[in-house]
Amino acid sequence: MNASRLLAQVVKELLSLLRDPRARAILVLPPLLQLLIFSFAATLEVRNATIAVFNEDPGPAAEAFIAEVSHASFVGEVIRVHDSGHQRQLLEQGRVLLALHIPETFSRDRLAGAPATVQVLLNGQKANTAQVALGYLEAMALAQDGRVEPLVTRHDFNPNLIYRWYVVPSLSGILSMFIALVVTALSIARERELGTFDQLLVSPTTPLEIILAKCLPAVLVGFVMGTVMINAALWLFQVPFTGSLAWLALALLLFIVSVVGIGLMVSAIAETQQQAILGAFALGVPMVLLSGFATPVENMPVPLQWLAQAIPLTHFLVIVQGSFLKALPAGAVIAHLWPMALAAVVTLSAATFVVRRRLH
Amino acid sequence: MTAIVLDDVHKRFGQARALRGISARIAAGRLTGLVGPDGAGKTTLIRLMAGLLTPDQGQLRVAGLDPVQDSEVLAESVGYMPQRFGLYEDLTVQENLHLYAELRGVAKADYRATLDRLLAFTRLEPFTDRLAGRLSGGMKQKLGLACALITSPKVLLLDEPGVGVDPVSRQDLWRMVQALTGEGMAVVWATAYLEEAEQCEEVLLMNEGRLHFSGRPEALTERLRHRCFRLASAGDKRALLAQVLARPDVRDATIQGECVRVVLAEGTTGAGAALASLGEVSAAPPRFEDAFIDLLGGGPGGHSPLADRMPAVTTRGDRVSCRHLTRRFGDFVAADDVSFTVRPGEIMGLLGPNGAGKSTTFKMLCGLLKPSSGEARVAGVDLRHGASDAKLRLGYMAQKFSLYGLLSVRQNLSFYAGVYGLRGREKRARIREMIEGFQLEPLLDSAPDQLSLGFKQRLALACALMHRPPILFLDEPTSGVDPITRREFWTHINGLVSKGVTVLVTTHFMDEAEYCDRVALMYRGRVIALDTPDALKARAGQGASMEQAFIHLIEAQAHG
Amino acid sequence: MASRRLLALVKKESLQILRDPSAMLIAFVLPVLLLFLFAYAVSLDIRQLHLGVVLQTDSAQARSLAAEFAGTPYFRVRPARDRREVEPLLVRGELKGYVLIPADFDRRLARGEPLVQVVTDGTQPNTASFVAGYARGVLSSWLAERGLSVPVMLVPRFWFNPEVETRRFLVPGAIAIIMTMIGTLLTALVVAREWERGTMEALLSTPARIPEILLGKLLPYFALGLVATLGSTLLAIHVFDVPLRGSWSTLLLVSACFLVPALGQGLVISALARNQFIAAQAALFSGFLPAFLLSGFLFEIDAMPAPIRWLTLIVPARYFIESLHSVFLVGDVWPLLLRDMLAMLAIGAVMFALARARTRKSLEP
Repeated sequence: MNASRLLAQVVKELLSLLRDPRARAILVLPPLLQLLIFSFAATLEVRNATIAVFNEDPGPAAEAFIAEVSHASFVGEVIRVHDSGHQRQLLEQGRVLLALHIPETFSRDRLAGAPATVQVLLNGQKANTAQVALGYLEAMALAQDGRVEPLVTRHDFNPNLIYRWYVVPSLSGILSMFIALVVTALSIARERELGTFDQLLVSPTTPLEIILAKCLPAVLVGFVMGTVMINAALWLFQVPFTGSLAWLALALLLFIVSVVGIGLMVSAIAETQQQAILGAFALGVPMVLLSGFATPVENMPVPLQWLAQAIPLTHFLVIVQGSFLKALPAGAVIAHLWPMALAAVVTLSAATFVVRRRLH
Repeated sequence: MTAIVLDDVHKRFGQARALRGISARIAAGRLTGLVGPDGAGKTTLIRLMAGLLTPDQGQLRVAGLDPVQDSEVLAESVGYMPQRFGLYEDLTVQENLHLYAELRGVAKADYRATLDRLLAFTRLEPFTDRLAGRLSGGMKQKLGLACALITSPKVLLLDEPGVGVDPVSRQDLWRMVQALTGEGMAVVWATAYLEEAEQCEEVLLMNEGRLHFSGRPEALTERLRHRCFRLASAGDKRALLAQVLARPDVRDATIQGECVRVVLAEGTTGAGAALASLGEVSAAPPRFEDAFIDLLGGGPGGHSPLADRMPAVTTRGDRVSCRHLTRRFGDFVAADDVSFTVRPGEIMGLLGPNGAGKSTTFKMLCGLLKPSSGEARVAGVDLRHGASDAKLRLGYMAQKFSLYGLLSVRQNLSFYAGVYGLRGREKRARIREMIEGFQLEPLLDSAPDQLSLGFKQRLALACALMHRPPILFLDEPTSGVDPITRREFWTHINGLVSKGVTVLVTTHFMDEAEYCDRVALMYRGRVIALDTPDALKARAGQGASMEQAFIHLIEAQAHG
Repeated sequence: MASRRLLALVKKESLQILRDPSAMLIAFVLPVLLLFLFAYAVSLDIRQLHLGVVLQTDSAQARSLAAEFAGTPYFRVRPARDRREVEPLLVRGELKGYVLIPADFDRRLARGEPLVQVVTDGTQPNTASFVAGYARGVLSSWLAERGLSVPVMLVPRFWFNPEVETRRFLVPGAIAIIMTMIGTLLTALVVAREWERGTMEALLSTPARIPEILLGKLLPYFALGLVATLGSTLLAIHVFDVPLRGSWSTLLLVSACFLVPALGQGLVISALARNQFIAAQAALFSGFLPAFLLSGFLFEIDAMPAPIRWLTLIVPARYFIESLHSVFLVGDVWPLLLRDMLAMLAIGAVMFALARARTRKSLEP
């Protein structure tokens, strides 16, 4: 190991990434833009929903109930329908999320103190959203007549269930993963395509130095971008932070290192930059899907749950979400740090093995 | 009959003026060479004739048509072969030909006959089912030519078809094109390769967007009669060359085997007598290349400021050697039992047609490829075992000038200094040495991609020499480079060799082979001849050129 | 337009597709992987969520409610006697929430006071609202079984997807993502490749006209897209158990309409970027990501802020996903399909006009 040889290569890698203003823009701008757009677009809250109401009851109780539903925060527009055919049509065409059908017995039952039934027809094409809306309606139904709801709900850590508090910290992990993955995946492939790799191999630099020189800049760039996005979450999106920044920084570093190992393997195998990009993409998307970002890991079939445990992003998401909202204690952080450390050791040594073999 | 008329044609790209008023006539039934150094505007002119670019000013008529306005009809009377011919590498030879036959609307009845004629003509029949990507460079060019010839166009435009093609394939291409002019076709052949230009019936000589000469090449060559000499001396030929080039009355000089070829300046009286003090003088017939260099203001001079700064190499012993070196790829033997030794301070050339095993041998020697058997040693060490200090003793310049396009010139220099372990004051001093030695100062902040081929080559050489290696590996160092730049490059190499540096070079250019002390000729993975350039030429007969020697030796091997 | 030249170009492109492993990877391997993941890994269905049940009394009523929670398929219950047992588990993410059945449960039941408290892990808002919603559902059905009145009883019915399986709307959505990749990403890459390898220069010097060159590129990818749709649909129906309620012919018609803007976008990208790397980046940012995030595939468009909602109007995948949901889950609902197809064709027409304007038969920069 020779420090000046290593330094020369690290500087070269960083310059390749950052010297050209356009290349710099391609590296830095899209993730930040994505952070902005996705933070607003990626929400599973229900807002502004259009619903249909088919009221067959002339009594005042029904109108009162409808008025209450109409003013609920998740409802945007209410379409009144007068026959079940129209109601069906609206659902079929996907114009409404759900339709309330109030039978003519509604007011009578309410007066008699008997449970008054309301049929809720939900659009299965949007089953997820419909289910959330149904939850809101059920809470309203139980609390009619000024009665207290028999169930008191409390959402810890995020009392108003602000979706952005979930999305923004998670995106900092996902986006910095893609940056580190693509930067490393392209590094060797680019030199191979340009023909500079041979030039490097005839120089006295050792394979270990080459590998280190490819890893360090990618780790640096990934870590800096991750930090920038975490800061954006703190200051721009005002997500409360309750945990330890030091532990989070350590976790981010370990996470990026393990991702760089994966990227390096892609790079060693890919013949061209084209293949490197497609490879990074074909690995990155499934990793995000399996990480528990979109849906809880325990919802998956057991073999996929095992696979999810092997993905560094899964663990980083737990740490970053916990550090922001839950004041995640050190013990819990460590419980998710060591799988990432293990992943880093495995991917880096595998990558070193592959690169060394490709060198000969 | 005139096939192409050019009338005061101008073309600029942003600030760069590619063509500055070209007027000429190109005749049908003749082979016209479009000659000029790198960046002269040859490709731009050809693209204008093909209707792919629009002139800013001036008029063109190609086969009686305006290439821009009549572009749809033009395509039917013009065949065009771009510099990197657009073959679909994942289609077979047959499929490529079919595609272009269909696109050019060959009549169904003529179909078989046309394809058979072209396949016979190009001698590609045995390879019809091979993917184009798996063909050798020469075969690719022949296929490209066949595709451009599918409908016997009135005008055939060829943009540097000879680049990267070995002499045997080049001879084939030449024969094919000459057969076409006999049928009345106008053929335009752009080239920076002057031995090709010399064989054209007519040449247009361009430099920096202007036309400098138009007419028969002999007319130009004739001007140099009585100004060309061969100078033989018992002493060091490279020292002699430097001495000759330093004289004010010398226009150009090159090494030719054991002699130095000299072109004197115009109006030098007592011609040969002036040189007599240096050695034995004999008159030589002028070549087109001499006239070309003369027309462009003479060669670059024989002094290498870089070599002056380099200390002399002191180590002794064989520098590069290989014994029974063999490399197999599956069933294919790319290099077969190759053995030779390069002595200190020697230039050794590796020559051979495409696919002969030059690159494979070369890569094994510098440790990029593992031999299947046998051994390769550089400075007494087997490089495969990655001894870093042995690698420090070797400089390497790759075919594509391996420069980092995303880094500036200064950053490239700094990177190569660092990767060879230089630091601090020493690093700065070496970088300065290279900047001054190669006159890179004004370009330090440009990206290598913006440089001309000549400067790219200088920079690549600077990067390879940063650590003052006693051994230099050059892989096709001047492919596609014009003769003036090539001379400048060899001036530096000659200067280095005089300091005791050992050079191993692979090349396609025969005049480059002349600079070598010894040449190993490879064919089908084996070394079929290893000798001095003069001895090799002598084998092909009295007065044979290096190119003739090359073809002679290859054909003798192929048939015997 | 000469059909002979067009045919030759189509044949050439088809041969290239068949010989290019990366085209095969994107057209066949990646779709299977994506469909599999969307069918099994990304499931918003609530099953076996880890829920703590803190039972602070031993009354028969309270125990029967606790048993009710344990008996549903939605939750995997971890019983506890004290909330301090479960709170750390919530912090560590091992529980998604817990239900507290208080010591005075029986008295509250008699007086009609709030009965139980549910506490969720709000860090994952979607899961949190599901936990609260399902807990509420369990409680109201427990109350109803006991004849304890609830003022208004909702009788929910999910149309088109009665089992509420997320797979049924995620798998059709995934088909739209796959088609975007084939249509936009592959097309952008192959045209850029012709520029990079210099084959475009050779093509331009032949009598072939621009529309022929463009169509010669598009038709094979159009066919490839339809083949991939067919394959994905067969997988969806027979392996992932998604019903196809509309007709095959409608499905293919809608897919064909979607391929028009998708291919057009690929052409526009390749006309602007004559380099594969930039083309790939542009295709990912302008094609793949919007199809994923701004199409209503995962996230409801109605819930987005207004400027982003307007942006979604020019995302062709939005219309395609709506049509696919309809064809798969509802049937051939023509008013909706016609509207969507018209929108896709209109975007496609703009794309083609752009591509045609930007592609000239010359090398002028």
